[in-house]
Amino acid sequence: MIYRETGQFKSSYASDQAIFPIVQDRVLVLLGIAAAFVVPPLVANEYWLQAVLIPLLIYALAAIGLNLLTGYAGQVSLGTGGFMAVGAYSAFKFATSFPWLNIIVVFLLSGLIAAAVGLVFGVPSLRIKGFYLAVATLAAQFFLVWLFNKVPWFVNYASSGTITAPTRTLLGVMVTGPQASAEARYLVALGLVAVFALVAKNLVRGRVGRSWMAIRDRDIAAEIIGVRPMRTKLLAFGISSFYCGVAGAEFVFLYLGSAETLAFDINLSFLVLFMVIIGGLGSVLGSFLGAGFIVLVPIFLTNAPHLIGLPLPVALQKQIELMVFGALIIFFLIVEPNGLARLWQIAKEKLRLWPFPH
Amino acid sequence: MPGAVAEEIAAPGTMTGARPEPLLRVEGISVHFGAVQALSDVSLDIQRGEVVAIIGPNGAGKTTLLNVISGFYHPQRGRIIFDGEDRTDLKPFEVAELGIARTFQNVALFKGMTVLDNIMTGRLLKMRGHFLLDAIYWGPARRQELAHRAAVERVIDFLEIQAIRKTPAGRLPYGLQKRVELARALAAEPQLLLLDEPMAGMNVEEKEDMCRFVLDVHDEFGTTIALIEHDMSVVMDISDRVVVLDYGRKIAEGVPDAVRADPAVIDAYLGVAHD
Amino acid sequence: MIELLRSVLVAPFADMAGNLTFLTEVLFGGVAAGLMYSLVALGFVLIFKASGVFNFAQGVMVLFSALTLVGLMEKGVPVPIALALTLLAMVALAFVIERVVLRPLVNQEPIILFMATIGLNFFLEGFGEMAWGANVKKLDVGIPDTSFIVHGVQVNRLELTAALTAAVLVGILAVFFQRTKIGRALRAVADDHEAALSIGIPLKTIWVVVWSVAGLVALVAGIMWGAKSGVQFSLSLIALKSLPVLILGGFTSVPGAIAGGLIIGVGEKLGEVYWGPLVGGAIENWFAYVLALAFLLLRPQGLFGERIIERV
Repeated sequence: MIYRETGQFKSSYASDQAIFPIVQDRVLVLLGIAAAFVVPPLVANEYWLQAVLIPLLIYALAAIGLNLLTGYAGQVSLGTGGFMAVGAYSAFKFATSFPWLNIIVVFLLSGLIAAAVGLVFGVPSLRIKGFYLAVATLAAQFFLVWLFNKVPWFVNYASSGTITAPTRTLLGVMVTGPQASAEARYLVALGLVAVFALVAKNLVRGRVGRSWMAIRDRDIAAEIIGVRPMRTKLLAFGISSFYCGVAGAEFVFLYLGSAETLAFDINLSFLVLFMVIIGGLGSVLGSFLGAGFIVLVPIFLTNAPHLIGLPLPVALQKQIELMVFGALIIFFLIVEPNGLARLWQIAKEKLRLWPFPH
Repeated sequence: MPGAVAEEIAAPGTMTGARPEPLLRVEGISVHFGAVQALSDVSLDIQRGEVVAIIGPNGAGKTTLLNVISGFYHPQRGRIIFDGEDRTDLKPFEVAELGIARTFQNVALFKGMTVLDNIMTGRLLKMRGHFLLDAIYWGPARRQELAHRAAVERVIDFLEIQAIRKTPAGRLPYGLQKRVELARALAAEPQLLLLDEPMAGMNVEEKEDMCRFVLDVHDEFGTTIALIEHDMSVVMDISDRVVVLDYGRKIAEGVPDAVRADPAVIDAYLGVAHD
Repeated sequence: MIELLRSVLVAPFADMAGNLTFLTEVLFGGVAAGLMYSLVALGFVLIFKASGVFNFAQGVMVLFSALTLVGLMEKGVPVPIALALTLLAMVALAFVIERVVLRPLVNQEPIILFMATIGLNFFLEGFGEMAWGANVKKLDVGIPDTSFIVHGVQVNRLELTAALTAAVLVGILAVFFQRTKIGRALRAVADDHEAALSIGIPLKTIWVVVWSVAGLVALVAGIMWGAKSGVQFSLSLIALKSLPVLILGGFTSVPGAIAGGLIIGVGEKLGEVYWGPLVGGAIENWFAYVLALAFLLLRPQGLFGERIIERV
C-alpha cells in the first residue's frame, strides 16, 4: 500500500527517463545515501568500518567497472585484478613522485592510466569474442602482475617489494596512511563510489549504455543498424578499466595500507567476477549487492560458528568459503541468472501489489 | 554497356528521355562461400520511392543479397552503388549511416532491453555526442536524449505499439517482435528500407496489419522499400516491381502480374530440373 | 639500441646454436611439458566437443583426481585399488556435475555455462582441500625422478614416461572418437544436440560418458604432474595454462590440442631459457597467454579450428 505508483503520472519524457521514476524510490535512495554518509561514522565501530564497509565500497566500485564491461557490453574479462594493480601502482608512483598532488587527483590520474592500459588490452576484443576473449584477458592479468613484480621502479626500489600508501590529507583531515582514521577513509570511499555510481547510471541509461547492450545482445545486427563496434567496445574497456584502476588505488590507499602484487592476482579477478554474477550482470545496484554479499560471507563464516559454539579452524573456514562461493555461483546461474538485483526487483514488484497477491 | 544506354533512351514518360538515377544499383554481384555459390552475377536497380519485392525459392540467395547491400558480406565481384556512389566496400555501420535500414529474417531484437530502448537503438547512428557529456547527463546529453525520445515516440504512435513500450523485447509474441523490429528500422529515418520476410510466421490478421504499416511507411515518408517475401498475395498487393532469384541468379524481373505468369518463375517454384 | 636489438634478436639464437646438447634438453623439457598441457587440454576438448561446454574446471579436476589418489594411498590403500577407486570417484563426479550443473543450465548461453564451471572450479578446490588436506603431497608412481644420458643428452625418466603415456592416451582417444560407435555418437552430439536426440542418442548418458572420460584424462594428467612436482594447489594454476593451448589448437580438435600443447610447451621453455634472463626471468607466467593472444589476432579460430561464418 505504501509502494503504490497510482497518481504518479509522468507528463514528460524527462521524468520517464529519470533514474528513479517512482517517487518512493527516489526518496528512499536519497535518504539511504544521506544515512550512509552520516550513520556509520557515528555509530559503527572500527571493525565494521575496516573489515566490512570500506572493502564493500571499494569492491563495489571495481564490480561496477567489471559490470559495465561484462554485464552491459558483454565482453568477458578475467583481467580485473591486473587493471586494479595498474591503478594501485600508478597511484603509488604519482603520490610518491608528486607529494603535493591532491589525493583525489592521484586517484583519478591512476584511473586514467588504467584506462589507457585497458584500451590496449581491449583491442583484441575487436576480433575475438566470448571465451577466447576471456583467455586473452588472462594475458593482461598475468603480464601486468609480472610486470609490477619484476620492475623495481614501480615499488620505488623497495627491497620488500611492497607499496605503502603515504599519508595524505583532504580538507585538513588525514585520509591515507597509517594514521588516517577509518571514518575518514570510509567517507572518501563512499564519496567516490557514489559519484562514480551516478556516472555509471548516466552512461547506461543513455546512448552509451544502449550501444553496449546492443553489442552484447546481437553484435552483428547492432553493427548493421549503425552501432560502431570498435568505438563501443573500446569505450567499454576504457571506462571499465578506469573504474577498476581507481578501485585498485583505493584498495591500497584506503583499505590495505600496503600491498604486494599477490593482492592483485587472478583470485581477485575471480572474486570481482563473482560479485558481478551474484549481484546481477547488467545492474549497477547489483554490483553493490554482489560486493556486499562477497564481503559478508567470510565474516559470517568467521562469526557464525562461534555463535553456535562450533569454532572452525582458519584453513577449514577458507575451504568452506571457496565451496560456498562456488556453489552459490552455480546456484545463482541456475535459479536467477540476473542475480540479487533481479531478486530485489521481484521483491519490489511484490511490494507494489502488497497486500494483494497479484 | 550498350544495352543499358538503349534502355535509358527508350524509357517512356520521363522528361528528358533518360531515367533518373536509381537510388540503389546492384551491379553484377557474385558471392561465394567456399564451394557454395550464393549469388551469381545479380543486377538490379531500385528507383526512389519504389516498393520492390524480391522473391524466390528457399536458398535462392535473397537474404545474402540483402546482406551484401548492408555491407555485411563483401562480394567477390560486382558493385553496390547507392545514391550515385560506389558503396561496395563499406562496413555495415557506414552503410547504415548512409540511410539504409533493415529488418532480419530471424528477428534480431536486443532481448535484454525494453521495446523503447530497442527502438532507441535505431536512433544511435544519429546520436552524436561525447561520453563525458553522457556521463554528466544533465545538459547537452539530456537534451539530445529527449529529442530522440520524441522522434521514437512518433514511430511508436505510427506503429501502434504504445502499450508495450516498457516490455522486455524477449517477452513479446512473435508478431509484435516483428513490428518492433520495423519500428527500430524506421527510427533511423532511412532512405532505403530492407525488409527480410517481415510477415513470416504471422497469421492473416497480423499480415494485414503489417501490410498496412508497410504501405503507410511508403505513402507517408516516401521511403524506398525492398522486401523479401514468400506470400504471393502480399507481393501482388504492395509491390511496384518484383525481382525473382533462383539458385543465386536473377531469373525474372518486372511488374507483379508479368512475373507471376512468367514460365521460368513457375518452373523455379515447382522445382523443374535445371540444366 | 643496437645492443638491445642484438641481445633480443641475435644472441639467444647464437646461444642455442652454441650448445646443441643443452638445446635438445630444453626442447625435450618443452615437449614433455607441452604434452602434459595437451593432456589437460584434451579433457577440455572432449567435453567441448560433446556438450559444447567450456569446462573451466578441467584444471581443478586434474588436481582433484590427483588429491583423491594420493589421499587414498596415504591412507594405506594399495595402488591398483586406489586407482580404481579414484576412477570411480571421477565417474561419480561426472554424474553429479551432469545432474546438478549441466541439466538445469541446458538451454543457457555458453557464457553462462562457462561461468558455472568457474563456480565448479572453486567448489572443487575447496572440497578437495577440505577432504584431503592442503599440504603438498608426494605422489610415487614407481618411476624414479632421475635422468639417464642418451647421445650426450640428459633425459629424465619421469618426463619420458609422462610423454609416452600422454602420447599413448592421445592415440587411444583419437581412435575412440573416429572408429567406435560411441565415438561417433559423441561427435553427433557435439554437432547438434537436438538432431542427435531425435535419432535416439541418449544425451544424458553421453554427457556422463564424456565427463567420465574427461575425468580419466584428468586423472592421468594429475598423476603425471603430481609425480613430477608434487600434488598441490599450483596444479590448478598450471592447468589454467592449457587455455592458451586450446586457443592455439582450436577448441574442438584433438590433434589441435596436441599441436597447441607442444607449441606452448616448447615456446615457453625456449622463451624462459633464452630470453628470460633479459627481463629478469619468470616469463613462463605470461608467455603462453601472450602467445595465444598474438595468435588469436591473426587467426581467431586457432590452428585447427573451423572458420566460423556468421549468419544474420
